[in-house]
Amino acid sequence: MSKDDRAGSRPEDEAGPLHGGPDEDYTPEQLAGMDREELNRLGARYDGVEVLHVDPPPAPGSALEKQAERQVSMAFGIAGLFALAFAVVYFGSGWFLPDWQWASDDNGWSALYTPLLGVGMGGALIFLGVGMVLFVKKLLPHETAVQDKHDGSHFDRTTTAATLMGGVDRVGFPRRKMIGRSLGFAGGALGLVLIAPLGGLIKNPNKGNPLGTTEWAEGVRLVRQDGSPVRPGDQEPGSLETVFPAVPGGNLAADAATMLIRLRPEQMSLLQPREGQADFGYGDYVAYSKICTHAGCPVSLYEQETSRILCPCHQSQFDVIQGAKPVFGPATRPLPELPITLDDEGYFVARSDYIEAVGPTYWNRERI
Amino acid sequence: MATTITPNQPAPRISKAASEVDDRLIVAGPLRRTLNKVFPDHWSFLLGEIALYSFVILLLSGTFLTFYYDPSLSETEYEGIYAPLRGVEMSRAYESSLGISFDVRGGLLIRQIHHWAALLFVAAIVVHLLRIFFTGAFRKPRETNWGIGVVLLVLALAMGFTGYTLPDDLLSGTGLRIVSAIILSIPVVGTWVHWAVFDGDYVGDVILGRLYIVHVLILPAIILALIALHLLLLIKQKHTQFPGPGRTEHNVVGNRLFPAFAGKATALFFIVFGLCAGLAGLVQINPFWLWGPYNPAQVSAGSQPDWYIGFLDGSTRLFPAWDINLPGDYTIPALFWPTVVIAGAMFTLLALYPQIERKLTGDDASHHLLQRPRDVPVRTSIGAMALMFYGVLWLSGGNDLIADKFDISLNAMTWFGRIGCVVLPPIAYMVTYRICLGLQKHDREVLEHGIETGVIRRLPSGEFIEVHQPLGPVDEHGHGQLTYAGAPVPKRMNQVGGARRAVKGFFKPIEQPADVELEAQRERRGLAAAEADREVTSGRPSEGGRPSAGGRPQDPRD
Repeated sequence: MSKDDRAGSRPEDEAGPLHGGPDEDYTPEQLAGMDREELNRLGARYDGVEVLHVDPPPAPGSALEKQAERQVSMAFGIAGLFALAFAVVYFGSGWFLPDWQWASDDNGWSALYTPLLGVGMGGALIFLGVGMVLFVKKLLPHETAVQDKHDGSHFDRTTTAATLMGGVDRVGFPRRKMIGRSLGFAGGALGLVLIAPLGGLIKNPNKGNPLGTTEWAEGVRLVRQDGSPVRPGDQEPGSLETVFPAVPGGNLAADAATMLIRLRPEQMSLLQPREGQADFGYGDYVAYSKICTHAGCPVSLYEQETSRILCPCHQSQFDVIQGAKPVFGPATRPLPELPITLDDEGYFVARSDYIEAVGPTYWNRERI
Repeated sequence: MATTITPNQPAPRISKAASEVDDRLIVAGPLRRTLNKVFPDHWSFLLGEIALYSFVILLLSGTFLTFYYDPSLSETEYEGIYAPLRGVEMSRAYESSLGISFDVRGGLLIRQIHHWAALLFVAAIVVHLLRIFFTGAFRKPRETNWGIGVVLLVLALAMGFTGYTLPDDLLSGTGLRIVSAIILSIPVVGTWVHWAVFDGDYVGDVILGRLYIVHVLILPAIILALIALHLLLLIKQKHTQFPGPGRTEHNVVGNRLFPAFAGKATALFFIVFGLCAGLAGLVQINPFWLWGPYNPAQVSAGSQPDWYIGFLDGSTRLFPAWDINLPGDYTIPALFWPTVVIAGAMFTLLALYPQIERKLTGDDASHHLLQRPRDVPVRTSIGAMALMFYGVLWLSGGNDLIADKFDISLNAMTWFGRIGCVVLPPIAYMVTYRICLGLQKHDREVLEHGIETGVIRRLPSGEFIEVHQPLGPVDEHGHGQLTYAGAPVPKRMNQVGGARRAVKGFFKPIEQPADVELEAQRERRGLAAAEADREVTSGRPSEGGRPSAGGRPQDPRD
């Protein structure tokens, strides 16, 4: 420490032994007489660290050192080359290299662009890291150091407890009960104020029946994704079509998607609709909600040989000829059936909304 | 370092600047203590570091993504560069995600770095957690840090969910729909919570904005604070170490922070970052332009969540269709059990494990030395059991893909999972327990009888014995006197210097072979202090160890 050459410093102003120990034990003159390694070890000892053993690095100028230096430099050099390659690809594309942007007619450079960037960036970073590992392993001395671990000090605990308890005594809450209680009251009330604004998030889910109703209603046409209405002759027997209510935004409504299925004659003979729902279909057509009663995924894999509909999310399986009853997997309820008929022009329309809530089960869902 | 200054002073200008800083901040003391801090060295201690560095990468790449992403659910028509989707109606969120992938220079790379780093983040946390668990590093005084770690894992999963929902493609929308159903499944308050989170029925138009702020502000801030606390506690309590020569409960043996440990840690950061960047460039992840915009009426078969959500998907697939119908038209949906209850129980048990173990073993002491998994067979077997349970759930999360690729019945896969998650964990427990005991026994046998050298000798009596190399002094029966201390026991001759090291050099030797030979001889002389090291016995008392046979066969080495 060269304190003496600071301007304006007077001897009595100089930084004294702030922490007691080291500055009293070692005068600046003594420290000046030690070499760097001695100082290093001395400081370490003050931190409870003893360096037990040092494997020296390769001798300066030895073949081993030169080899290690070559390896480290090569790794850093390669890292630099990769980084440069990244820069060339990044800035050069669309300048002196082909354009990087995706194009349907050219699948060459635009397909290579991101991989090349990744190789450039990844290579640069990895080789930088590898060079550093080689440096530490081959060119630094390997020292084995031991640091002491101290247990808690009884002195510290006792004196700290005394300070804390002394403070509590002086504040005197145990004695001044009225202040304590009124402060508690104020704190509690203020806490309420702080969380109260979150109350704006709370909304009543039971106002109306949002979970139990969909966009379907009496006379609403069944239309395809593109808005075209469906006629009984449009589908082959055994086929499934996803239909939506013919209302604005109906094709994006979360709960309205419906599967219109035309049964094959042999399925018709086995059909067992749910109780009270025998007239929900129309001819050989039935319409079930597409929203899985388990977790709300769209069920859509229809295997007409087995009459099963599979939900791809959790593999619930519903049997179409048994009123879409769940026959395997985690779903517990049948897919609700939409009552359908034809309108004056011969297109499919709903006779009403679903008579029960579609989609996943919830606490106060009405059972039918 | 060719310098002209005195050896114990840094260059004058730097010295002056350093004094100026220290005059103002008085940091020389704390800085020296930090630089001198000793860190133990073991490959498994790097796992937590990998998680930390992945998080740094996530912060860097994620910040880039926020410049371009728009969490709006308002509908728009895509008119970007990706022709197959041109003219398709989609949300602004999906459009801007496509923009990052196709219209921002290097955006796809950064987005894929972000995704790969996220996968690595959770993976590193899980593997780090397993290391802590199986080596007993969570024991007193580190229970708090274990708890913080478990909370970090849960938050990392939450980060993952909120993150992969943001692109608003078909896959992420399906995930969000399932989460909506999970919230609805909570008894009594489910619909109220759903209305609070989604601002109404699914899907509404605020949810992405809310998930976005949770993903980029709230969760990262909490994670950052907890990581800081995690590291502070680590530094305060010092790192644990494996037992070994000179290592006790009251010291730490290893490298000082500067320069060796700092050098290696920085190198690891670059390598982790480089791996993420390389993967991001070369291995496509979540190509959501192929899935298309979210539509509640569509789903793609075989859709999978990110790996760390797979176990929840699996538990949901396996759980039987058990709605609990209460009187008065109230229902506890089946979905509630595998998602909220099982996952909640798993993480609660995990977080409380240190307390549970302390209670059951009555071990109330502080521990700073780690245990080898084989030495704590009960804990190791419990861990194996939990891993097996998790593994069956995880595998079941992809049971449709397995059924498809291996041509197995899908329902058979489901039944395999249902039965497997009950039957396989106890089997894993028993097998692991036996393996632990076997490994323990082998360690003790080597300590007692020495390393099997593979050298077969014929005694004058005609009996054949295998020559054993004791690891330390032996008694008159030829038994080693070293006791097992929880440290690895060498099992092969090469681990005790049976083979010489190779001469260094790639194309041509850069050392004199004679020097290497001399060095080897010097080392052997050093070892010779413990002369008994070299004695060769058959080890087994039934063989050379019998006093009747005139003690053990005394043969020179080699």
